[in-house]
Amino acid sequence: MNSRVTDKLATVYFWVSGIAIIALLAAFLIRILGDGIPHLSWHFLFGRPEEIVAGGGVGPQLFNSFYILFLSLLISVPIGVGAGVYLAVYAQKSKFTDLVRISVEVLSSVPSIVFGLFGFLLFANLLGLKFSILGGAATLSLLNLPVLVRVTEEAIRTVPESYWEASLALGSTKWQAIRKVLIPAALPTLITGITLVAGRALGESAILIYTAGLSVSRFFPDFNPLKMGETLSVHLWYIQAESLVPDAKNIAQGSAALLLIVVLVFNLLVGIPSRILQKRLTGGK
Amino acid sequence: MAIKPKIKAEKLNLFYGDHHALHDIQLNIETNTIAALIGPSGCGKSTFLRTLNRMNDLIDNVRITGDVLVDGHNIYGGDSDVVSLRKRVGMVFQRPNPFPMSVYDNIAYGPRIHGTKKKAKLDEIVEHSLTQAALWDEVKDRLHKSALGLSGGQQQRLCIARLLAVEPDVLLMDEPTSALDPISTLKVEELTQTLKQQYTIIIVTHNMQQAARISDITSFFLNGYLVETDKTDKIFTNPNDQRTEDYITGRFG
Repeated sequence: MNSRVTDKLATVYFWVSGIAIIALLAAFLIRILGDGIPHLSWHFLFGRPEEIVAGGGVGPQLFNSFYILFLSLLISVPIGVGAGVYLAVYAQKSKFTDLVRISVEVLSSVPSIVFGLFGFLLFANLLGLKFSILGGAATLSLLNLPVLVRVTEEAIRTVPESYWEASLALGSTKWQAIRKVLIPAALPTLITGITLVAGRALGESAILIYTAGLSVSRFFPDFNPLKMGETLSVHLWYIQAESLVPDAKNIAQGSAALLLIVVLVFNLLVGIPSRILQKRLTGGK
Repeated sequence: MAIKPKIKAEKLNLFYGDHHALHDIQLNIETNTIAALIGPSGCGKSTFLRTLNRMNDLIDNVRITGDVLVDGHNIYGGDSDVVSLRKRVGMVFQRPNPFPMSVYDNIAYGPRIHGTKKKAKLDEIVEHSLTQAALWDEVKDRLHKSALGLSGGQQQRLCIARLLAVEPDVLLMDEPTSALDPISTLKVEELTQTLKQQYTIIIVTHNMQQAARISDITSFFLNGYLVETDKTDKIFTNPNDQRTEDYITGRFG
């Protein structure tokens, strides 16, 4: 076999791999959205769930998904970004910082169900939060934290060293350089990272089964963070596994499609303003 | 000599870990002069330049002994404030390093971090600094577009303007034209001649013609030692040290 033939074969192979990925995603989307979208209606989106009879909605679950996501980011973003900046900017190379980095790596590979159990023991039992939105959000933050630390550290490291030097050479403090130069320059990467984390959080179920519970408040919408807060993805599991309603399959299909759409829309919604913000901060290019 | 030097290095030694990079540097630089630091790569001239605004502080494992006096005040003394030092002793780097912001925000960056908030005042500083750096006419119509869209030579003058906006006394220039084309280089060189009226300038350069063209005094560094400092004319026509002569006549380096 000469090299021209090998080259042709390789080209075909890479094309086929690429097409296979697209086909997989297409089949997946068609199946999930095709099955699910017919069940979507205003009543389904904003209605309350039923326990026995058919025709329940997922309004509170949808609300809880975003509420828990919001609270968990509120907890994890400041800590994660702070630790990431510390590692990227302040931490000198030492055994201690190496240990911090290894810990972050290990933590980010812990299975989420283990975090769930940990959150259950710590927040639900020990701190007495029981099954609650707050307990779920706090545990979810633990899952997100290591990823956020890494994303931030990498985002800051991609900012050229020369910006940092330039700022300090003008007599800025480190904090001024971080706030006015490093973070704005790292922002696009940072926001992409946070969006990925948020997307993962929106779809997370194992953790929340243990910590946020399988039921929703009697009121809707209920902002009380101490109430139980079943989310959409937990509901998807619950309805197929445990529920007594006769239309469980339909609700599961609808929920799955809705979850996909929500994650997609969420990513777009975060992506667009971040690009505008970036443009304003950098004066365009 | 009754005039107090603007900058005075006294028995300055610098170590990178175990490596002794600067040996007993002794140097006086007067106000409103241009001092050129020349020497082969790795001779310590850039390292010395960076001790003058304590940029070496950013590198791990650097140890410094001896004194550097700016206006008679030891910048390595315990009471010295590195932030206010860098405001007075500013630096232009080898590669132009504008921030990824608009031209206007680049210039206003320094004044803003030092507390100037008023738009009118900032406008005035931006125009004044860009004019001083001979860049105003080229950028006045695109002040609010990204500085990264400027040419390399314009970017370097922007960095000089950004520095002038914080009103330093001393400008440190670390091979400021090595990444620029000849025409941009000429513009920056001309600029140094006008800036000299108001500032003390210390410039590291690999280009000996440049040192001869623009500087008043020249210091020759070799292997971490300051071999000799003298009037630029003297260094380039009749140096005292054989090693200086060998270097400027191109026998090594």
